[in-house]
Amino acid sequence: MKHKTAIIIGASSGIGREIVRILASQGTIVAAVARRKPMLDELVAEFPGKVLAFEHDVLNTDEVPELFLEITKQLGGLDLFVYNSGVMPEVESSEFDFQKDMDMVNVNMVGAIAWCNQAANRFQHTKHGCLVGIGSVAGDRGRQLQPVYNASKAFLHSYMESMRNRLCRYGVIVSTIKPGPVDTDLAKHMKMKKMSARQAAEICVTKFHKNGEHYLAFFHRFAFYIIKRIPSPIFRKLKL
Amino acid sequence: MSSVDLSVDRLDRISGFGQAEYADAFVYRPTTVEEIHAVFETARKSGRKVTLRGAGRSYGDANTGAENLVLDITRMNRILSWDAATGIVDCEAGVTIENLWRHCLEDGWWPPVVTGTMYPTLGGLLAMNVHGKNNYCQGTFGEHILDIDVAYSDGKFETLKASDSRFFEVISSAGLLGVITRAKLQMHHVASGNLKVLAEAAHNWDEEFALFEHYENDADYMVSWVECFGRGAKAGRGQFHAAWYPDRVDLQSRKPESQDLPPLLMGFFPKSMMWKVLKWFCNRPGMRFVNWAKWMASSTIGNHKIHEQPLVAFSFLLDYVPDWRRAYEPGGFIQYQSFVPKEHAKRVFAEQVRLQQEYRLESYLGVLKRHRRDKFLLTHAVDGYSLALDFKVTKRNRARLWELAHKINDLVLKAGGRFYFAKDSTLRPEDAATYLGEALTQFKEVKRQVDPEGLLTSDLAERIEIVD
Repeated sequence: MKHKTAIIIGASSGIGREIVRILASQGTIVAAVARRKPMLDELVAEFPGKVLAFEHDVLNTDEVPELFLEITKQLGGLDLFVYNSGVMPEVESSEFDFQKDMDMVNVNMVGAIAWCNQAANRFQHTKHGCLVGIGSVAGDRGRQLQPVYNASKAFLHSYMESMRNRLCRYGVIVSTIKPGPVDTDLAKHMKMKKMSARQAAEICVTKFHKNGEHYLAFFHRFAFYIIKRIPSPIFRKLKL
Repeated sequence: MSSVDLSVDRLDRISGFGQAEYADAFVYRPTTVEEIHAVFETARKSGRKVTLRGAGRSYGDANTGAENLVLDITRMNRILSWDAATGIVDCEAGVTIENLWRHCLEDGWWPPVVTGTMYPTLGGLLAMNVHGKNNYCQGTFGEHILDIDVAYSDGKFETLKASDSRFFEVISSAGLLGVITRAKLQMHHVASGNLKVLAEAAHNWDEEFALFEHYENDADYMVSWVECFGRGAKAGRGQFHAAWYPDRVDLQSRKPESQDLPPLLMGFFPKSMMWKVLKWFCNRPGMRFVNWAKWMASSTIGNHKIHEQPLVAFSFLLDYVPDWRRAYEPGGFIQYQSFVPKEHAKRVFAEQVRLQQEYRLESYLGVLKRHRRDKFLLTHAVDGYSLALDFKVTKRNRARLWELAHKINDLVLKAGGRFYFAKDSTLRPEDAATYLGEALTQFKEVKRQVDPEGLLTSDLAERIEIVD
């Protein structure tokens, strides 16, 4: 499915950056929104006329309504909205750092609400569009290592599900994508087998127009089907 | 002057009647001239542009403006005065043809020019300066207007009469110079609510054109259906209709209840369901069959028939099947109408139909009409003929359909032909520049004077680059 116009929040690196590249190469006019302007400028240079760069920190939620209007005006419409911003600072297993946790809450949750509400409200009126939240397999279960990250992604999944149930009657598609470990800045401290950002983005793009929650690999779908069903008394004894 | 809000509640997804292209826009439905000026003020403050829209009956993108403020005049729909002695009616621009005939026909007056549907607004009719099946003898809609009120984007407001040169610039300008808010119209006197209609089968292009030439000095209306699947000796076959206003006074036939189309087809099938049946046939083999069946009926039982038909039934063929455009969903359709001088018309239209067949993209409906010149600035009319075609749009055929349309554009331009904003979806900037010629330069100059900030635009205007 080809989208004419798209907004990607968190477009300067990782999966978001690759999503911009893929969509722009398919002919979509993409608004790339992120904090790091020089990295957005590289995308603009790579796809002149197809990528529009907007410097924005998702912590500045006050800017969102006006910026959203400006972006949609410049795009000439909106067919696809992807909230991809996310942070996951390294947290030790015995650490309870309030500041790190608040960063995750603000970027992964508050920023998502600020932007997705705008997109959802618009789509409800225009009666078309795809609203996409990039969640994580981490949101499927409360694990020991990243309590607030897990909770923030669980929030996103639940929030997107509510959006889906609200907006389906208006013909709007709401897609939640749950990547596993991906080789990006976010997961650079994680030592495990990772999918490349390009590969993850390529799979993500195929899921944008499908309502529901989507894993990027069959293995994840299978593994998390089981993990979600492990009884709590057993799960807390595991090192997952 | 106060401005109005730019709220998401105003956002709507709109399209032309063909539904082949959509745009999201902030829609405003003002009821007064002051509210119109307030919309311009909001556009100015928000750095956006304004697109004018009536009933949304232009087929392509003339009435849409992505992310613009769309000024929809359908709520300005009051008939301000009506003189049954002179047939002069003064209306707000949101009044539709249907409102007009329902109001005036009982007194013996009918709109002098009508489109194939009764739902367009006066504002839309004048923006496009539409024609009807009597264009060759009655000219365009604008030729029957006594005066209009126009609200400009800079806050000015003026009344234009047919003696003003600007009158001929604003009418036909596709809503790009100013908002027509009121129009005074001279209606046409009719003794009866019926027409005397003659149906004749035409077996090929030669016969089609011969019938038009035979009846053009006599008939009040002429139109011909053209079957676009016919090849070789059968190419151009169709059914010609000529119609005359009867002289006999018939008060009963002028009542709206005598004109209203029945809700059932053949006495039992609800018309509201008909589009669902049409949808089954809305493909190449299906339409080949429908066209063949219509031709068989036209050339046998329907041939050489003279019958009386209500004005509404003859004039508004497109309203016979409610929601008929839904048969073309999900991709919609485009209407393609080109106007070719009479000396080249037969050759150009024959070549158009041959090209469609070569591309295997035959029009599901072809309508041939006779036209005359007029003096409106961005006019579409020529002393010649037009062929209107309906093409279904799908994801798969879209690129090829546009390629075909561009080839036909070239044919038409080479023959000195013209195009019609109300029906266009495929013109390129160079095509518009070629056929408009000097008129385009003059139009841009007028636009700089009356809309100095360039607030008025539309997706069509941006596509064919007639606004700076």
